[in-house]
Amino acid sequence: MVSYRTPLGRARGLGSAKDGVGHWIGQRVSAVALAPLVLWMVYGVIRLAAGDYGFAVHWVQDPLNATLTVLTLAIAFFHMRTGMQVVIEDYVDEALGKSVLLILNLFVCGLAGALAIFSILKVAFGGVVGGA
Amino acid sequence: MTDAPKTRREPPVSPHLMTGGFGSPLLWRWHITMWTSILHRATGCALYAGALIAAAWAITLAGGPEAYAGFKSVMGSIPGKVVMFGLTLCVFYHLANGVRHLVWDSGHGLDIKSANASAMVVFAFAAVATVAIWGLAGMTGAL
Repeated sequence: MVSYRTPLGRARGLGSAKDGVGHWIGQRVSAVALAPLVLWMVYGVIRLAAGDYGFAVHWVQDPLNATLTVLTLAIAFFHMRTGMQVVIEDYVDEALGKSVLLILNLFVCGLAGALAIFSILKVAFGGVVGGA
Repeated sequence: MTDAPKTRREPPVSPHLMTGGFGSPLLWRWHITMWTSILHRATGCALYAGALIAAAWAITLAGGPEAYAGFKSVMGSIPGKVVMFGLTLCVFYHLANGVRHLVWDSGHGLDIKSANASAMVVFAFAAVATVAIWGLAGMTGAL
């Protein structure tokens, strides 16, 4: 088949959706970041499961733990949003339902991620809370 | 056109899971690489719920000792532990298969033999890592 696209058009290569490359790369880059973070998180979950409230507050107030927890949450919620977006785009054909689910996905990830990160920062900056 | 067919033929469809509607016979023979692909999505969706549990952990921790004790009693119950065990499997599966996808994205391991072998490695890693982590959790008093 003869292509009628100009070399410039091919080089720009955005296609009819004008979008997608950034999404694809974002999903891969966040995956690379999450691989070590998730291994650290599994270790953290075991330690937190063995400890009580005071231990968890103390653990979160350690700068390294606070930073890695916030990074894990932020990147995980980003990765989740992009992943679930592809699932919705693949399986939901109906235009309105697709739009509603895509927006819901974005809002759930945004709200849960923001709440979780704010909570970690509150504990991390909060000094010694009652019971600790 | 005088010789147009009287009955409309079914339009051709792109290959998918089934030969017809939902519940019809499968178009494909089950294969291990098919399982790894389906499970990557399924575990990703399960981990979506897992991340919401992680958010609940952070929110209850900021909520104070009573809220955190409530969270811990739910996650420490038998159903909570079953969910955590399932999520452990999902984390290690999705992690290993994600690395497999990244290797594929670099253009390596795409031939059938390599894809079959790496699928087995992914399953083995998920099983061994999950058992090892739960063993470690048991030894450190996390259960």
